[in-house]
Amino acid sequence: MNLLDWLLLIPAAGFFVTLLLPRNNPGLVRNFTLGVSLIVFLMSLGLIGPVMENPGAFDREVNVVWIDTPMIRYHIGVDGLSLWLVILSTLLTPICILVSWSYIQKRVNEFYAFMLLLLVGVVGVFVSLDLFLFYVFWEVSLVPMYFLIGIWGHEKRIYAAVKFFLYTMAGSVLMLAAIIYLYNKTGTFDLPLLMNMIATGRLAMSPAEGFWLFLAFFFAFAIKVPLFPLHTWLPDAHGEAPTAGSVMLASVMLKLGTYGIVRVCLPLFPDAARDNAPWIIGLAIAGIIYGALVAMVQPNMKRLVAYSSVSHLGFVILGVFSFTQAGIDGAVYQMLNHGISTGALFILVGYLYERHHTLEIADYGGVGTVAPWLTTVFVITTLASVGLPLLNNFVGEFLVLQGAMQVSFSYAFFAAIGVVLSAVYMLWMVQRTFYGETPEPVRKHVTDLNGREWAIMIPLVVLMVWMGIGTKNFLPPITANNQKTLEMVLQPGGALNATAAPLVKESAHAR
Amino acid sequence: MPANLVPSASEFLRISPEILLTVAGTLMMTLESMFSRKRTLGVIAFFALLGAIGLSVAAHGDPGAAFHGMIMVDGFTTFFRILVFATGMLTILMSADYLEKAKAESAEFYALLVFSIVGQSLMVSSNELIMIFIGLETSSIASYVMAGYLRADRRNSEAALKYFLLGSFATAFLLYGIAWTYGITGATNLSEIRRVLLSGQTADSALLLLAATAMMFVGFAFKVSAAPFQMWAPDVYQGAPAPVSAFLSAGPKAAAFAMFFRVALTAFEPVKASWEPLLWASALATMVIGNFAALRQTNIKRLLAYSSIAHAGYVMVALTAASETGTAAAMFYLAAYAAMNLGAFAIVTHVARRGERYVEVNDMAGLSVRQPLTAALLTVFLLSLIGVPLTGGFFGKFYIFKAALDANLVWLTVLGLLNSAVAAYYYLRVVVVMYMQPPVDEEMALEAPSAGIAATMWVAAVATVLLGVIPGLVLDFAGRSADLAR
Repeated sequence: MNLLDWLLLIPAAGFFVTLLLPRNNPGLVRNFTLGVSLIVFLMSLGLIGPVMENPGAFDREVNVVWIDTPMIRYHIGVDGLSLWLVILSTLLTPICILVSWSYIQKRVNEFYAFMLLLLVGVVGVFVSLDLFLFYVFWEVSLVPMYFLIGIWGHEKRIYAAVKFFLYTMAGSVLMLAAIIYLYNKTGTFDLPLLMNMIATGRLAMSPAEGFWLFLAFFFAFAIKVPLFPLHTWLPDAHGEAPTAGSVMLASVMLKLGTYGIVRVCLPLFPDAARDNAPWIIGLAIAGIIYGALVAMVQPNMKRLVAYSSVSHLGFVILGVFSFTQAGIDGAVYQMLNHGISTGALFILVGYLYERHHTLEIADYGGVGTVAPWLTTVFVITTLASVGLPLLNNFVGEFLVLQGAMQVSFSYAFFAAIGVVLSAVYMLWMVQRTFYGETPEPVRKHVTDLNGREWAIMIPLVVLMVWMGIGTKNFLPPITANNQKTLEMVLQPGGALNATAAPLVKESAHAR
Repeated sequence: MPANLVPSASEFLRISPEILLTVAGTLMMTLESMFSRKRTLGVIAFFALLGAIGLSVAAHGDPGAAFHGMIMVDGFTTFFRILVFATGMLTILMSADYLEKAKAESAEFYALLVFSIVGQSLMVSSNELIMIFIGLETSSIASYVMAGYLRADRRNSEAALKYFLLGSFATAFLLYGIAWTYGITGATNLSEIRRVLLSGQTADSALLLLAATAMMFVGFAFKVSAAPFQMWAPDVYQGAPAPVSAFLSAGPKAAAFAMFFRVALTAFEPVKASWEPLLWASALATMVIGNFAALRQTNIKRLLAYSSIAHAGYVMVALTAASETGTAAAMFYLAAYAAMNLGAFAIVTHVARRGERYVEVNDMAGLSVRQPLTAALLTVFLLSLIGVPLTGGFFGKFYIFKAALDANLVWLTVLGLLNSAVAAYYYLRVVVVMYMQPPVDEEMALEAPSAGIAATMWVAAVATVLLGVIPGLVLDFAGRSADLAR
């Protein structure tokens, strides 16, 4: 049992224990799950050191047979690409548990149990190195989120939950077909082995095969991202979910899609990825601008933040498919930034909702005078989200735009419009909510941050600043890993020389 | 003709499960009056089935043909024998309480169940068209009566009548097809038919042969509720007593699929090219009709009936693949399906209460609050029916579509998988009602599940999860047994 096994096992065990805890003692349930998730978070920090040393290789690898025929292996490991995403998931889980502390009052056991199950699912996706295992965790993460939205959400929660489930399911069955097809062709689900087969030319695919397989995987991931025009489930799901659900959905689950593209789509189908990049970039830019424009006219704060996600995730896709070092680094960095800043925005919107029980921007105004600290934190988060220099999103967006510029000026130009628009919709929302006249109900209900709420926000704000100025603490493992991916995509022949040796060793180890 | 007409001991061993059950069923009927407590007869039937499982295992130790090739004991036979016997045992567990509440517990019910299972056991073990037909009729006639078991209930009578009329019509087609096949090949033994077809003697009667296979297809498709002969299933499953619907969807269906596979993949394998397109179309139509019709159902028994049609469609995909991996996948799938569907029906039986008054999907409202454990188990079954990983239903689908891709059925795979995404909608609706809608006040309180229902639920849930986590338990055996004796 190594560290990664424990990261999956502890929350899984926690899930069952939480369901069995007495139902009349919600305090115990909260403390227990908070403890479990904090332990998992602290343990996950132990991954940083080893991965930093050698970010291009898989660390804490476990590779044992799960099922003989077909050969399905429990193969997990973490590298520079998945490291921060795993830590993001383990960090946000205790935060979400704290966020729900007073908000969730019904079916407490189930709620916290599902939070832990969700953690198992998402960490599992990030560390799986076997396509079948990847699919299993992918689907497993779907179930708790479905319940989180459907049971504890707002008015239209059932509609949103079912829509979320069906959209994701429709994409993932196609991915399953592609996974099986690949297996029948190669006899393995093992991702490093498949990458090695592609890189060394042992797995030859006809262009049509490559295209359809790429598309099947890409469709599943693009729904999850979500890429315009497959985004329609997102505003409903985010808008209707309870705060903790929105946070996990936006900060972690959307990243499953972008992570999948970088981890699976690019290395396995380099040719198809290159050939299809133009229209994918087109959709990404359309999403950036469309998401921003629609966000601008949302009367509901949560839906506004949700649409801003569509716009932000467009940047990630743009960066990935620019196939430049800067672009793809920026994209991966942006995944983390979006996780921190949008997660924080959802939490802050949740604070307002807990106080005033409405999400309509029009019901607020002048919150700054009654809750100055809440306002301060909200403004910092907003500035981070719109990409103010010295804060985290700036780094990611800058790198993405730089990468896009290297490919085509027009890509960067249109994407930059999205940056400007994001300042418009976010600042306008802040202005209408926090400044101006303070209506009587707001004066009566809205109070400033309490201790627990501070405890939640401080780490997030620290990270926004740290990731904005201390880029070198975070970016090197990402860069190292992306270099490897880019080599595979851009020059399959060149990748042979550069990466064949370590990969062969790995796969020999895998056997 | 073989000189020795006296069967040997090992031949008797090979049909010993059927002998045991026939004797048990007959004794139960004749000695009914000795038992004032009818539950005892259920216990006898239960242990007779347990004994039959033991004898099947014993017979498996000495595989081979018996009675001049009428019976064939191979891994395939043993697998399905155990499956139908186990289905019967779970059916008894969930019926006992139901029948007592309906004041209808009698030897008749248990004996009919046992006779029906004898028929199914013969269906899966015979290697001969006449024998298959006898098995089929034994199973069917007993199930017709079981569908209408509660005579006073008009829904039961309607179900039984429909089932009987349509069923006998379809078996007539099967019999006619058998007769034609005999006319063309001069044989009713599957291995013999295969030999004749391979020899090419029938080349000039290809059209007749096609007509014969088509007529047999009608009979088989009816029994497995495959399109376009699926329309009886919703009416019968809805009208029949809930435990009987559970039984019909698991036992007879698995047995019918077993004989369908055996006939198609042994006797008629040489003319595969002629029936493959037919099965392809039927598989797709079955999945589409089942899933899309289920979307609109409000009665949960009817919903599960359409779901069972859809699942028959998935197994038809495995049959269309016509390969050993396809057969193994279908065997695994039918086992997983039996577990999850019996579990789901057990809970439906439980929630329906006396007189089946609560059989709408909406009657599940708030179940997660009133009986969290029951709701959680039903969720497990529904997730398995959807095909979410870590459940048996997922691996079943996975193996079937893997076999289909192996056989180059790319379109059927993609359409089938998309179908299973559609299916998620109606299964989730039940989950939505259980977990996301508040309980409503009802005249008849929901008691705790009876011991029999609870046992069925738990056994089915454990099986569903085990098949989803360690599928090798069943798949290894299925894989070894998938090459049918030819």
